[in-house]
Amino acid sequence: MKFSALRVVKEALTGHKGWKPLWRNPQPQPDYDIVIVGGGGHGLATAYYLAKTFGKARIAVLEKGWIGSGNVGRNTTIVRSNYLLPGNQPFYEFSMKLWEGLEQELNFNAMVSQRGIINLFHTDAQRDAFRRRGNAMHLSGADAVLLDRDALRQKVPFLNYDNARFPIKGGLWQPRAGTARHDGVAWGYARGADMLGVDIIQNCEVTGFRINAGRVRGVETTRGYIGAAKVGVAVAGSSSRVMAMAGQRLPIESHVLQAFVSEGLKPVIPGVITFGAGHFYISQSDKGGLVFGGDIDGYNSYAQRGNLPVVEDVAQGGMALMPMIGRARLLRSWGGLVDMSMDGSPIIDRTAIDGLYLNGGWCYGGFKATPASGFAFAHLLATDRPHETATAYRLDRFATGHVIDERGAGAQPNLH
Amino acid sequence: MTRITGGLIDRGTSLSFTFDGKTYSGHPGDTLASALLANGVRLMGRSFKYHRPRGVFAAGSEEPNAMVELREGARREPNTRATVAELYEGLVAKSQNRVGPLSCDVLAVNDVLSPFFAAGFYYKTFMWPRAFWEKLYEPVIRRAAGLGQLSMQADPDDYDSGFLHCDLLVIGGGAAGLAAALTAGRAGARVLLADEDFRLGGRLLSERDPLGGIPAVDWIAGLEAELDSLPNVRILRRTTVFGAYDHGIYGAVERVADHLKTPGAQVRQSLWRITAKRTVLAAGATERHIPFADNDRPGIMLAGAMRSYANRWAVTPQAHAADPVAIFTNNDDGHRTALDLMAQDVPVLGVIDTRSDAPKLGDYTLFPDATVTGSKGRLGLTQIQITRAGQSTWVDCAALGVSGGWNPNVHLTSHHRGRLVWDAATQSFLPGPGGPEGMHVAGAAAGRGQTGLALADGAKAAVAALAQIGMSASLPELPAPEATADILTLYWHVPSKKRAWVDFQNDVTVKDIALAHQENMRPVEHLKRWTTLGMATDQGKTANVTALAVMAELSGKSIPETGTTIFRPPYTGVAISTLGGGDSGDSFRPRRLTPTHSWAAARGAVFTEVGAWMRAQYYPQTGETHWRQTVDREAKAVRAGVGLCDVTTLGKIDVQGADATTFLNRVYANMMGTLKVGRVRYGLMLREDGFLYDDGTCARLAEDHYVVTTTTGNAGLVYRNLEFARQCMWPELDVHLISTTDAWAQLAVAGPNARSLLSRIVDDFDLSNDAFPFMACSTLTICNGLRARLFRISFSGELAYELAVPARYGNAVMQRLAEQGADLGVTPYGIEALSVLRIEKGHAAGAELNGQTTADMIGLGMMVSRKKDSIGAVMSRRDGLAQDSRRMVGLQPVEPTHTVTPGAHLFAQGDPQDMAHDQGWITSACYSPHVGSSIGLGFLLQGDNRMGEIVIAANPLAGETTQLRIVPSHFVDPEGERLRA
Amino acid sequence: MLIPHPLLGLRDAEEFVYLGDASLMQRPDPDSPTALTDFCDYVFLRDNPAGVHRELWFHEQGDRSWLVVTRNTLTHEILGAELATDAARPTVTQEPSA
Repeated sequence: MKFSALRVVKEALTGHKGWKPLWRNPQPQPDYDIVIVGGGGHGLATAYYLAKTFGKARIAVLEKGWIGSGNVGRNTTIVRSNYLLPGNQPFYEFSMKLWEGLEQELNFNAMVSQRGIINLFHTDAQRDAFRRRGNAMHLSGADAVLLDRDALRQKVPFLNYDNARFPIKGGLWQPRAGTARHDGVAWGYARGADMLGVDIIQNCEVTGFRINAGRVRGVETTRGYIGAAKVGVAVAGSSSRVMAMAGQRLPIESHVLQAFVSEGLKPVIPGVITFGAGHFYISQSDKGGLVFGGDIDGYNSYAQRGNLPVVEDVAQGGMALMPMIGRARLLRSWGGLVDMSMDGSPIIDRTAIDGLYLNGGWCYGGFKATPASGFAFAHLLATDRPHETATAYRLDRFATGHVIDERGAGAQPNLH
Repeated sequence: MTRITGGLIDRGTSLSFTFDGKTYSGHPGDTLASALLANGVRLMGRSFKYHRPRGVFAAGSEEPNAMVELREGARREPNTRATVAELYEGLVAKSQNRVGPLSCDVLAVNDVLSPFFAAGFYYKTFMWPRAFWEKLYEPVIRRAAGLGQLSMQADPDDYDSGFLHCDLLVIGGGAAGLAAALTAGRAGARVLLADEDFRLGGRLLSERDPLGGIPAVDWIAGLEAELDSLPNVRILRRTTVFGAYDHGIYGAVERVADHLKTPGAQVRQSLWRITAKRTVLAAGATERHIPFADNDRPGIMLAGAMRSYANRWAVTPQAHAADPVAIFTNNDDGHRTALDLMAQDVPVLGVIDTRSDAPKLGDYTLFPDATVTGSKGRLGLTQIQITRAGQSTWVDCAALGVSGGWNPNVHLTSHHRGRLVWDAATQSFLPGPGGPEGMHVAGAAAGRGQTGLALADGAKAAVAALAQIGMSASLPELPAPEATADILTLYWHVPSKKRAWVDFQNDVTVKDIALAHQENMRPVEHLKRWTTLGMATDQGKTANVTALAVMAELSGKSIPETGTTIFRPPYTGVAISTLGGGDSGDSFRPRRLTPTHSWAAARGAVFTEVGAWMRAQYYPQTGETHWRQTVDREAKAVRAGVGLCDVTTLGKIDVQGADATTFLNRVYANMMGTLKVGRVRYGLMLREDGFLYDDGTCARLAEDHYVVTTTTGNAGLVYRNLEFARQCMWPELDVHLISTTDAWAQLAVAGPNARSLLSRIVDDFDLSNDAFPFMACSTLTICNGLRARLFRISFSGELAYELAVPARYGNAVMQRLAEQGADLGVTPYGIEALSVLRIEKGHAAGAELNGQTTADMIGLGMMVSRKKDSIGAVMSRRDGLAQDSRRMVGLQPVEPTHTVTPGAHLFAQGDPQDMAHDQGWITSACYSPHVGSSIGLGFLLQGDNRMGEIVIAANPLAGETTQLRIVPSHFVDPEGERLRA
Repeated sequence: MLIPHPLLGLRDAEEFVYLGDASLMQRPDPDSPTALTDFCDYVFLRDNPAGVHRELWFHEQGDRSWLVVTRNTLTHEILGAELATDAARPTVTQEPSA
């Protein structure tokens, strides 16, 4: 079924009787060519591109709960390609370009909204570092503008310019960045994959891998054994748990990242703004909620909930930066489970086991990567070669020393 | 006016207030909602999506409809529930989310167009043409969406935050909570009793039943007086416990001054972090409604709320006292509302009960086995349609109370992701396993809501909770009103072809749920996200369970099979100001001041932020019109005479013990074990992954005593890492560490005249080059007996010393040096000049030591000793590090008037300027008065082998390219003769 | 969170800085022929269990001791805490007398 304005009108006039399920609820087949473990954004996107771009068939996505229940359904919806290092920036710019055509590609409005992101700087040293980054963005074909204080003030006049503990000196602006409706991304890829014949199997938890002579043969699940020639794991947040079932230890810790949304308000914040002197970033959803967050809680956790000190720290950052939000109320907070990798960058690679592939380590930035991650993982699964923008995301980079450490924090996951 | 007799309002005092510009009057004890109802105002707001006219639906914090912008100017508070806003003299409120007057909101056109706005419609359209999303569709949607408006001004009020500790935290001051607090209070436990209302009593305040033979309100007053008299009990009124966190920690917000026009000298709200050994959750229950066609008109409200308004606030829900009121229920409690209204002479046209065996509890018309199937009235209810046995009748009705049973307020029990359990007996979700440790649930929150049950339950919960922490408490004598039979028959919604609202605020109807089912959005979370159910400011308090039941019915599953939702903090909205605790603006973070701050300030220094520190950036003098003039003068003065700079912010760590030498040899990459007493050595520290992370000096003051310095930014990190090495890796070493950064003021005395100047303040200390050469250190006394430490080290490349004195003498010593050096050209310099001097000398600093670079890259790879192990040594030999050929170089513009720009990327001449050909970047740059042009430092591929080559610095952000020459990074005195002079 | 400091009693976790898995105390032998591999595993690989986890916390705004805390990463329940110096030594030794 093709979605369009015309279709919406027609259904409205005929009592919405014609809308079909967005995807089927198929029974799992005994075996598939490719099984993707994890029905989140990355897993669904992988399945979609495998079917669409790489012409693969007999694909299943196995999701232990409901699709989109992981980080794609609990993030702060930011899309951007404002990275520094050559291992990252071309990949995220590739992702940005896929975002720009996503609705037309999927015939599903994921509300990709390019209202820009501004990273604020507060010292000359931060400005210089942002200049290096902004130039790296240009060199990879992305867009970036270095705003001085006056230009910034014209764009976002509501920040605290006059009474700040850490004066705002300017910002690095990426106009093409913005937000996307997170659930819509998962649903759009799910619907697209389903229409191409991918079996999306919900309530199907992988409980083990069948590995034989160094090669994966299939997965044990709560709905029985499912054979597979290739298995791609895309379960960021739980990568260590799932890969442990295949006997693999990973350069990853699981942490909790909290996020917050306020009650609905008439539009006040045009794009995404990040504070450079505290842990705070913010945007405003189309429904009017201020969507904001800050740092991870900082300790290993699978609890999907955080604690008050971070809540207070984030609110303090918000009040320092834009005290006009003070009388808005926090409506809801939640915690996501993130794979914090040892250099702050992701992994898209083969593993020591033939036929078993890993997509993980996304830290708190996996959402923006969804299209490119799906595309690159599909490329790897289909061709056994990394996609040209994802060649650095190797598992062995830690052993070889070719880490991709944007923050320069070293093997300390909670500092990335 | 629909004010009736009785109620807990002070009729002796009148309070004047305005709503949408019109002035009304109420009484102390009123909420904005009760006062508006008392004035016959029923239309209070508009819904989110369809802009449907809405009135008050509930009587507490679960209110989905009656939301206003409260107060004016910078104090404007959008989305304030009229049902919890306490009335005060001069209150100003405005309706929100409307275009034009509330009674004829232009955006109500959305309601007419609602067939086009079915659940999830926006995912299916607005995709063409692509560019129209940001330019047209989205701005229109954004403007129409949202609710209230922020003032866009900084919040003018004060806030604070604090910690409270207790044995027992009682959440909720209704029957169960009061009993729990009394029980624990009498047992001598430290008790905190928190209630969101401004008056203790909870649901008891809304009932007419006596308690212990006296009016319930008198019984509460007696109990409250006893609690107030107990020193171990603290009552937090107007306090919402909004979240359950780990290990018995709860977040709570106390609305200290929201019942006043302005807070005056008080804070507006306080954020409490409560640490409780045990907790009794007695949060009560929230009534659910029964969706039917057009069930959202002003005048239709929860039956229990209708009872609250009548009993507590002495108002009836209809605009005119003679207008008829009806009740629609599936349980006995609805009938009780009818009885209470009749007791106040409110005309009750009847009770419509879905049950065929509905009891008749009083003298009213009963419609058993009947439903309400429609309503009329554009801005307020005028008629309802009653259907019984297929026969439908329209009757005049000005207000309808709806009762579908009660949902226990279990929210806090699932903040730790505890699962709720469906209880068939009460037909509700009850707390399940996995709740917060130490939490006991009592009363209506546990499905035991009848007054007698709740009182007993609260007391028992307190006894049980205290027993767990070794305190004994006994059950107090409590009234035991007789329990009434309460038979609830499941009845979730009245089927209809028209819209029947489930979630009022977000306009989610039964049809939307059916559509979600049809489109396979069946898991509860898909349902919520597809329809926006439960995502409004009330978080679905009156909607979620009903929606779940409707979905269960559609999918032919039971409610527990269909699922539950996870509640998350906060229980009700908390102002961001409050969560921030008032630490906004300038007080966001504390400032660290250096010991010479006041001296520098008196000299007119301009200060800048360096982490938490404020440091003198430069010292402008009269006549200097640009900072560069000042900085050039200061830098030149250091090279020509002598300069003074406070370098206290550099981290200082005292390392002592018999094994201090062994220890330092393991934590520094270079050889430290050979350092002699009285000497200083430059040192590099690596992370265990082999990357460089800090540099500094190590001075050996005695056999077993060293002083280590770190960079300003890493002072804490290095100390932590050294303690890690000491305690976790090598606990067998006899070594002790203490951070002395704040204990010693450290002053750089730099320049050719440094020795002369110092000689004027040292006590009998030989400063000659032979006695105290470059990289010497010593303890000494200065200024006639002040103990000090002197290090002959140089960041500027000049003859230089760093002099440390106890911090409290820093300011005085700085002053003394400045006085003594007048004839030597002594000049204070700030960190801008410091930076110029170090760039001229080619010393790496923060921009070069950014955690991504190696010792090799800054040209000091030889320092990483292969003769011994040290932290990071093994990993520094990995290919990715060892084969990285980027090296730090000096950079000078080919055209001397051009500028070297930090952050520009470096390219070989003729190469395309893209990421694949990127050869490095510029880390630091300045104007060098010594060289007479702009200079810089940067990392460049094979940089050490490219001296003299011209490269291109590309700064596409500014559309600039500059030709730069690669030069050695020592722009000044490459042989180091000056610093050894 | 509250951390049961073995010397100071229950302390708010905000006073501490978190490092990670307690296996970081077992620095490999730099002279082993497999040193490079050993160090790579030591620095980068983690068990990352969903459940009981022994981990290092530094009491930075306190007595500056490193603690080994045993905590359940699924529930955040803390099962114990000891001084890292005690955990690092094979057996706890008495303070030598002066």
